[in-house]
Amino acid sequence: MDITKLTAIELGKKIKAKEVTVMDAVQQQLEKIEQRDSKYHCYITVLKEKALKRAKEVQAQIDAGMYQDSPIAGVPIAIKDNICTKDVKTTCASKILSNFEPPYDATVIKKLEAAGAVIIGKVNMDEFAMGSTTETSYFGETKNPWDLTRVPGGSSGGAAASVAAEEAILALGSDTGGSIRQPSAFCGVTGIKPTYGTVSRYGLVAYASSLDQIGPIARSVSDCAVALDIISGSDPSDSTCVDREEYGYSEALVDDVKGLRIGIPKGYLSEGLDPEVKEAVLAAAKVLESKGAIVEQFDLTAVDYAIPAYYVIASAEASSNLSRYDGVKYGYRTPDYEGLQDVYKKSREEGFGNEVKRRMMIGAFVLSSGYYDAYYNKALKVKALIKQGFDEAFEKYDIILGPTAPTTALKLGESLADPLKMYLGDIYTVSVNLAGLPAISLPCGLDSKGLPIGLQMIGRHFGEKDIIRAAYSYEQTRDYIRPEID
Amino acid sequence: MMITDETIDYVAALAKLKLTTEEKERAKVDLSNILGYIDTMKELDTEQMEPMSHAFPMKNVFREDVVTNGNDREHLLHNAPKKKDGTFMVPKTVE
Repeated sequence: MDITKLTAIELGKKIKAKEVTVMDAVQQQLEKIEQRDSKYHCYITVLKEKALKRAKEVQAQIDAGMYQDSPIAGVPIAIKDNICTKDVKTTCASKILSNFEPPYDATVIKKLEAAGAVIIGKVNMDEFAMGSTTETSYFGETKNPWDLTRVPGGSSGGAAASVAAEEAILALGSDTGGSIRQPSAFCGVTGIKPTYGTVSRYGLVAYASSLDQIGPIARSVSDCAVALDIISGSDPSDSTCVDREEYGYSEALVDDVKGLRIGIPKGYLSEGLDPEVKEAVLAAAKVLESKGAIVEQFDLTAVDYAIPAYYVIASAEASSNLSRYDGVKYGYRTPDYEGLQDVYKKSREEGFGNEVKRRMMIGAFVLSSGYYDAYYNKALKVKALIKQGFDEAFEKYDIILGPTAPTTALKLGESLADPLKMYLGDIYTVSVNLAGLPAISLPCGLDSKGLPIGLQMIGRHFGEKDIIRAAYSYEQTRDYIRPEID
Repeated sequence: MMITDETIDYVAALAKLKLTTEEKERAKVDLSNILGYIDTMKELDTEQMEPMSHAFPMKNVFREDVVTNGNDREHLLHNAPKKKDGTFMVPKTVE
């Protein structure tokens, strides 16, 4: 049996039923990585010995009766390389952290391990999660398993590609402006960006703290829901993590959308949207309608200005968050320097890539005296307007539906030359982060080039269950399509 | 928006970056384009709005002030580029 094609829930069941051992599952997954990763380059670090050792431990614990309630005990999982793993390199795909071994585990890692998961490796990303293509990684680009000449999307490109290429069964990514949803769309897999405050950010290397959330990427809605069950919950180490009485996302895996009110923003279907993507999204809406949902188009105000507001806010927070990299306490230090200022400036100059420097400079600019009101404060007001637009929409609708990205996967190299063009690709995703909402991206067909198209569903605050139910219902109407891999 | 050499030098100093001449030229073009696009925000009337830092109300979260971690000095110093006598080492800063 090839376990690498299974979903996490399927593998978890087989392990519990003793049809396969955890060691065998992990071994098979490692072999698949070995076979395929020279082609796709999803991983920065593969944890061979550590994962096998851990597999033995988990098997013994399962045999002793542990993890009864965990559907993913023994399942190998890939982790985006901006999530801290104790004594395992966590590079953020940056030279400046290329040798960094965190002295602690992120809360999500502790939670996954408490559920019996086996961390199998750390996956590639855009440097510090800044980018939409995974091309800004210091360790080189990841390739899209559907077409080696194309990007996997980003910034969680390694996570999405590893799941699509069967180099991982489940992965954790992070989403600041679309970084879970857009690569999921480009790679034909499913990813959830939870409501801000659902998942602890403790141990997630900060990019834009008011927008960042960790979330799952998998080959089914169900796998994402059970992973979210495990990683969500309040945390004394993250004061922005909201204490909720109820999680239970997998309870929403119900094939029923009768009476569900779905709104499609007209602006999400207009200029700039690839006609084939539009067609696929509208076809998906029809499917949901035929299952009893009520679908309407409406005007969503202010979202046209989400991209400028996002880049101001995210860059401002990045410039502040990334000031900690100084070549003193950890990370890269330049070999030649004269004095402390030189240590800072040269280490940062040599340690950061172009996109990161660009955003730090934009951030420094919009926060500088004389420009603060015109840019930073203005962006916070635009954000308030966007939030208001969504609030009004959710008075009428349970979920908002649209494309995840305006196109399918782009050619490698296309975006690097023109950063602004790359930013514009985030048009349907960034407003969700600004408003703190939950959203899911799942596959809804292929275009004429044979590339996957992503469908996005946005929920109200803590409305994960609505989007999970709608996504699950839609998923039941179609088969999971794998990329053709020899 | 036109970005001058002085502006680039200023933001590079704020971001503690030592840019090469080539990087400065590129940054001038990129920042002009990006900020030019960001300026489209100004079309939107936000007169009535208050700047919003969090999307929903956040309140302080309190906990008892108890130490939960132990002495982890060696472990923490493990990542230091240079260390000496159990401390981080930096170039001499005071004569």
